Amino acid sequence: MTGASTWSLGEADARRIHAVLTAFLREANARTALLVDRNGQMLASAGDPPLFDHVAFASLTAADFSANDQLARMLGESEFGALFHQGERESLYLADVARRVILVVLFDNRTTLGLVKLRVRRAVQDLADLFTELFSRTGDQARVEAGFVGEAEDEIDRLFGAL
Amino acid sequence: MSLINYASREINCKLVYYGPGLGGKTTNLEYIYEKVAPTAKGKLISLATETERTLFFDFLPVDLGTIRGFKTRFHLYTVPGQVYYNASRKLILKGVDGVVFVADSQLERMEANLESMQNLYDNMAQHGYDLTRMPFVIQYNKRDLPNAAPIQELQDALNPGWPVEDPSRQRPTPDPDRPGEMLVRQVDGTWIERTPWFEGVAVQGVGVFDTLRAISKKVLKALG
Repeated sequence: MTGASTWSLGEADARRIHAVLTAFLREANARTALLVDRNGQMLASAGDPPLFDHVAFASLTAADFSANDQLARMLGESEFGALFHQGERESLYLADVARRVILVVLFDNRTTLGLVKLRVRRAVQDLADLFTELFSRTGDQARVEAGFVGEAEDEIDRLFGAL
Repeated sequence: MSLINYASREINCKLVYYGPGLGGKTTNLEYIYEKVAPTAKGKLISLATETERTLFFDFLPVDLGTIRGFKTRFHLYTVPGQVYYNASRKLILKGVDGVVFVADSQLERMEANLESMQNLYDNMAQHGYDLTRMPFVIQYNKRDLPNAAPIQELQDALNPGWPVEDPSRQRPTPDPDRPGEMLVRQVDGTWIERTPWFEGVAVQGVGVFDTLRAISKKVLKALG
């Protein structure tokens, strides 16, 4: 292997993911669900649109999870499957999905941690099945369409050239 | 690991600035943040100590705009350079699409440069990545200092070249950034490739965008 492989998320998969997240939010009475990959990229979201910088949020979420993975190993655990961050008004629950993706749940005092934990199990299982299938299907390197690279290079020159 | 998201019409690529402590990795990102148009950048996030040494990473998203219907974005990361933060460094390399090695040109930092380069190869190998076969550029920073080592010395130590095994690439390849110099050439019957390199004075912005432009283009080519 030369480097990390490129993968793609299609519209049909995105619809299935959205259906799982929406059903979970309804059952858990949580506000927002985000899916972030282990490299810090946002994959999907459902519920109330996040009002914060979601790009930075995704990067920090992945770092948070990775750092805690290492802490788990130091304790002799293979991983911490879930993390909980409690705030005064807003709280976060993060759960691993098939060691590839992180489900982030934002919730407030309209629900409880217990209910979120109870409902998240099913969502994680559904998403794990979905991503396992997705990754086995898109085994080949994803590619951009012809012409993309040339246009992107022109844009790089335009954006960075004069700086 | 680049992600092509057909649902949200986004392409995201991960670039990592690597190198010894106090070499100028964070300074590169700060200069980029300062100069790139507000519409093309996100927040610069630094997880640093009270003395502004990088503890975990710095992060800066840069938007290229919409290309062929896809919002294209680079995620720029730095790693902590200090030797004892290796666990953090390794985590940040996960899923990397392109690496910039920021070397400190000062003679007395040669050992630290070598140690960091070795550490980069080791950490990449542990993720299963081969640095010699993916987008990679070197920036020799702090060229303005009086104790800067000659470029030739830095090149011999940090960019000596690796054998080219792919027959289709065994041909003289000029360095597009340096007329008259070669990136791929034959030495004693063996084809050798050096990675592209740039001189920098990151605090003044010298070489910062040349480096970013080169690594960005290499990463995009790898997508095509």
